[in-house]
Amino acid sequence: MKPTNSAPALAAAVLLGLAGWAALAASAAPPARPAFPEPAIRHGALLAAIGGCDGCHTSEGGAPFAGGRAFGGPFGAVWATNITPDAATGIGSWSPAAFAAAMRQGVRPDGQNLYPAFPYDHFTHASDADIADLYAYLMTRRPVIARTPSNHLAPPFDSRAAIGSWKARYFRPDPFVPDGAHDAEWNRGAYLVESLGHCGACHSPHNAQGGEERGRELDGAWAEGWYAPPLNGSTPAPTTWTQEDLNAYLGSGLDNRHAAAAGPMGSVVHELARASPADLRAIAVYLAQRMAPAAGAPARPPDHADAAARAHPAGALLFAGACATCHEAGAGMMMEGRPPLQLGTPLDEDNPRDVISIVRRGLEPPVGPAGPSMPAFADSLTDAQLADLVAYLRARYSDRPAWRDLAKAVADARKGPSG
Amino acid sequence: MTIVINVNGADHTVEADPSTPLLYVLRGELALNGPKFGCGLGQCGACTVLADGAAVFSCLLPLAAAKGRRITTVEGLGTIGALGPLQRAFEAEQAAQCGYCIAGMIMRAQALLEAKPNPSDAEIRLAMQPNLCRCGTHMRILRAVRRAAGAMAPARRPAS
Repeated sequence: MKPTNSAPALAAAVLLGLAGWAALAASAAPPARPAFPEPAIRHGALLAAIGGCDGCHTSEGGAPFAGGRAFGGPFGAVWATNITPDAATGIGSWSPAAFAAAMRQGVRPDGQNLYPAFPYDHFTHASDADIADLYAYLMTRRPVIARTPSNHLAPPFDSRAAIGSWKARYFRPDPFVPDGAHDAEWNRGAYLVESLGHCGACHSPHNAQGGEERGRELDGAWAEGWYAPPLNGSTPAPTTWTQEDLNAYLGSGLDNRHAAAAGPMGSVVHELARASPADLRAIAVYLAQRMAPAAGAPARPPDHADAAARAHPAGALLFAGACATCHEAGAGMMMEGRPPLQLGTPLDEDNPRDVISIVRRGLEPPVGPAGPSMPAFADSLTDAQLADLVAYLRARYSDRPAWRDLAKAVADARKGPSG
Repeated sequence: MTIVINVNGADHTVEADPSTPLLYVLRGELALNGPKFGCGLGQCGACTVLADGAAVFSCLLPLAAAKGRRITTVEGLGTIGALGPLQRAFEAEQAAQCGYCIAGMIMRAQALLEAKPNPSDAEIRLAMQPNLCRCGTHMRILRAVRRAAGAMAPARRPAS
């Protein structure tokens, strides 16, 4: 995930911190380490991909797992720590029990609480065996000397004592309980989604104190300026996400019946592409069941080309010159199996933000340096033109009501972290 | 439909559908053949021009969106007799092999240096990323951009 720092003071703090961090980011001689069984290390690697550990704990261009990435929020910035086995600046001196306490209780070896930016409210549900394998994997990475910069948080959040009251209210360290009504694969998927996968960290609504809202798990939420859509029956997806669709999407970032991964999900699928195929399949089985529409298969996705052009002639004209060469039916790109626009979820969301962000910033290849990509249009279109275009897209490719006040939405996207 | 666009400092009246990509008008109507048609999909950068100083793919810029903006093509950066700093630098470094991508490369670099006269190597590489070269002259292109950055940076004021 990319760091999100909206407040200028925060950005300054981040820059200062980065300078200090870069100076220390050199590799160290590996300390003597206990031997870990190969299968444990290999399994730990697959679990780390599900957990997306290096997505947060690796800075842009930095050494894997050496930390140095800031996560901003309304309360300030928290830095992802160095989780390489360097004894002084990483977790090299942590015992298996200390590692398990961090994962399961959100507590550091010195007894202090960890900030829940580290999603231990999910990791707490992980099994003993999986935590042990993750430990084996992390402890056999290359140790890197990289001191984690200090967090910059506004009072009272600058005190780790405040985390205690957060935990009392929102932290439920219950073990995962399998659901006997479903088979082993479904339960494996449910376990991974709720524990190491921590899907709810983005896809579940959180209250003002940063606690997950009870009873609204996976109901869709805002994350880093993007809307992470619901992963349950309230999905606005115009076509059903089948297990095969989810499997393709999670493993490659692209499913030709739905969409390409955008925003923070882009780095998530980079990680998931390295997970075990069996685990990805289990997640797909579980989510497909959760996302099954209550009222049967949705109607055929629309293409109201003529009506949309009449209602939004300026947008239609921009689409013809800027978008049609790739997105119109019969365009070369469509022959390569890209999802038609009416199949994507963003045009059916309640808020236009994701559509605006995708047009403004474009899309990176989902997995690996090569692959489908979309150019950014932020410098090509004015805010007014972008609003015309988005109004046309909604009218043409969705049956949902028109978005209101697109001019404001475009201006907000320009200023926001996803702009 | 009659549309007036401003290219290289002069207004031009063109007859075209407002959805026509700017590239076709530059080449077909205005005989500005610096910008090239490479992919037509905004993936290669051969068609790059400036719109109000920002580098954009002219193959994906409808005329309607070009109207009212200052468009600059590589022809607008200098003449045969008086080359601009980037054009001189690309020549000095012999940065072109087949040359098809070069006009786009120069315009992408121009946008960078106008916004940031002294970019770091990492910033140059990041800014040039959208533009592709099949011949493999990337290292010469990077050298040319660095050379031009030195030439274009405003002279330092003597200490008073």
